[in-house]
Amino acid sequence: MRPEAITAPSPVTLAVLVVSIVAVAVLISFTAVLEPSPRSLRTKRLSMLVDLRVVRLCGGASALLVLLTLLGLEIGEYPIPRFQAISTAFWDRAGEYSFVVNSLRFPRVVTAVLAGFCLASSGALFQTLLNNPLVSPDVIGINTGAALCAVFVLAIGADVGLLPWAAFAGAVVTAGTIYLLAWKKGITGNRLVLVGIGINALLASGITYLMVKFPIEQVLAAARWQAGSLFGASWSDAWTLTVAIACLTPPAWILVRRLRLIQLGDDMASSLGLRVERERTAIILVASGYAAVAVAVIGPLGFVALLVPHIVRLVAGPLTGGTLVLTGVVGALFLLACDLIAQQLFAPTTLPVGVITAALGGPYFLFILVRYNRAP
Amino acid sequence: MPLEIRPQTMDLKTSDLYLGYGSSPVIDGLNFVVPAGKITAIIGANGSGKSTLLRGLSRVLKPTSGSVLLNGRDIHEQSTKAVARQVGLLPQGPTAPSGLTVMDLVRRGRYPHQRIFDQWSSEDETSVRKALALTKLSDSAGVLVDHLSGGQRQRAWIAMALAQDAHLMLLDEPTTYLDIAHQVEILELLKKLNIEEARTVVMVLHDINQGSRYADHVVAMLNGDVFIQGAPDEVVTASMMEKVFGLKAVVIADPATGTPLCVPDAPENA
Repeated sequence: MRPEAITAPSPVTLAVLVVSIVAVAVLISFTAVLEPSPRSLRTKRLSMLVDLRVVRLCGGASALLVLLTLLGLEIGEYPIPRFQAISTAFWDRAGEYSFVVNSLRFPRVVTAVLAGFCLASSGALFQTLLNNPLVSPDVIGINTGAALCAVFVLAIGADVGLLPWAAFAGAVVTAGTIYLLAWKKGITGNRLVLVGIGINALLASGITYLMVKFPIEQVLAAARWQAGSLFGASWSDAWTLTVAIACLTPPAWILVRRLRLIQLGDDMASSLGLRVERERTAIILVASGYAAVAVAVIGPLGFVALLVPHIVRLVAGPLTGGTLVLTGVVGALFLLACDLIAQQLFAPTTLPVGVITAALGGPYFLFILVRYNRAP
Repeated sequence: MPLEIRPQTMDLKTSDLYLGYGSSPVIDGLNFVVPAGKITAIIGANGSGKSTLLRGLSRVLKPTSGSVLLNGRDIHEQSTKAVARQVGLLPQGPTAPSGLTVMDLVRRGRYPHQRIFDQWSSEDETSVRKALALTKLSDSAGVLVDHLSGGQRQRAWIAMALAQDAHLMLLDEPTTYLDIAHQVEILELLKKLNIEEARTVVMVLHDINQGSRYADHVVAMLNGDVFIQGAPDEVVTASMMEKVFGLKAVVIADPATGTPLCVPDAPENA
């Protein structure tokens, strides 16, 4: 932790923030102009339905993501002449600023993008499966399970390299436990949510116990990790996430079509030819996998998995293969933007990105809660 | 009714079927043959096992013993999609997730005909169009299901079941929660599907008079078994009403159609 007191953001930073928020709002309202425009795509062996609107939205979000990535390379604590960082990252890799750009900023930006993709995808799958916009891996305890194991590893002073694996194990074991406890001749969304909230509370108290039990010097690192931070993200973190996304995305794509049937009710899905419990287990595994790997790398970051899928659903409609990708890209955009804000808002003091996601996500959570309760 | 356009041999029956949720069976050793090409109405008191039977017939509920045979083979030993291409179910009071358009809902009915790389063939598109046209929803394809009236919403669900292109359609209380005009509309639609599309329809109905008016075959269930079945005027009688529902009733000819019309007897006679 740095010793400087937190300073107020400079007028320039504030102005940039306000302008970017307005720009995002304008962009979102612009999407309302786009009508859903389904197009059939058919070749000899392949046929699918593509919503051109979702394709356009994906393209727009990806373009924004590229711009923001370049911005993430450019700005930071260490002064680098304009555009030098970009050239160092892409073609002049042995340049003067190679360490700052290629070992600090670039992996951090890429990790933020990939982790955001994972968290948002996980949230989209959970929310659709349980038909509840208030559900996400951080609400039902998956993230807390990962955090408990990771805090334990940090507190006993074990090798830090174990941390991602411990978090992953914690997430999967928690998902399994919730599933088993909620199982009663099948799984219903509400029971799973309630069991998840209970488990979440239990695990959170476990973390508190560890924090009190172990000496303060040892749990300090755990406390920082727990807030969710991209500080010190490395290429190996980015690789872990890349491999996970490569493994999880194809099954997620296949499962989305079945998930869309489960949305219509278990009896309906079953009569349409689905083995509902098997598919549901698979979806929970994939969704937990996405959450677990993100938590393992950057800590139990809250609200990304809750907020992003909800916004995308409002703009682009119910989950399809296309909107799942869109959700991932918007998640990447969101987490990267939050991390840049966290670095810049009180520069030179940097905040953990979790503080920003929580500051934006908390009010949004209340907004969904109010909307959800007023819905007929 | 034109008998020529009967569906390809479609034969669904149960053999010593036991269905239940806990230890006590709801359907208790039932042998029942679904009359092909006809409209069948299943009536019976609450808890007599009507919905459970429908769930068993559609592979949703696994039998505790016995079997449901589709074309002579146990439905639980066939490919789930193959069964779904032949037998469709519309459960009671289905709910759609919010933000879903009619088109999106009806498209989902095509799942049993699709494969991973073949997700939207021209047959899929034709079937969905036809289902929307039959249910008079072509103009509302882009409307959100949440915004439809009760009758339209039920038509949208029926359109989804139609898009599934199953010859046999099982419907659990398709008219519940609708006003009388919309009830008639739904039943007329089902009749039209039966005649023009040669679909076999099996529906659970609470209204016995609707059953005797629209069905070719009425099945009265009592305690998990078929009490009596046959043409409406054979089944809907005062004695059946007393035994199946425990209600003294008067059965007269429906002034509009001549089918049996059943009204509860006045309390002083009971």
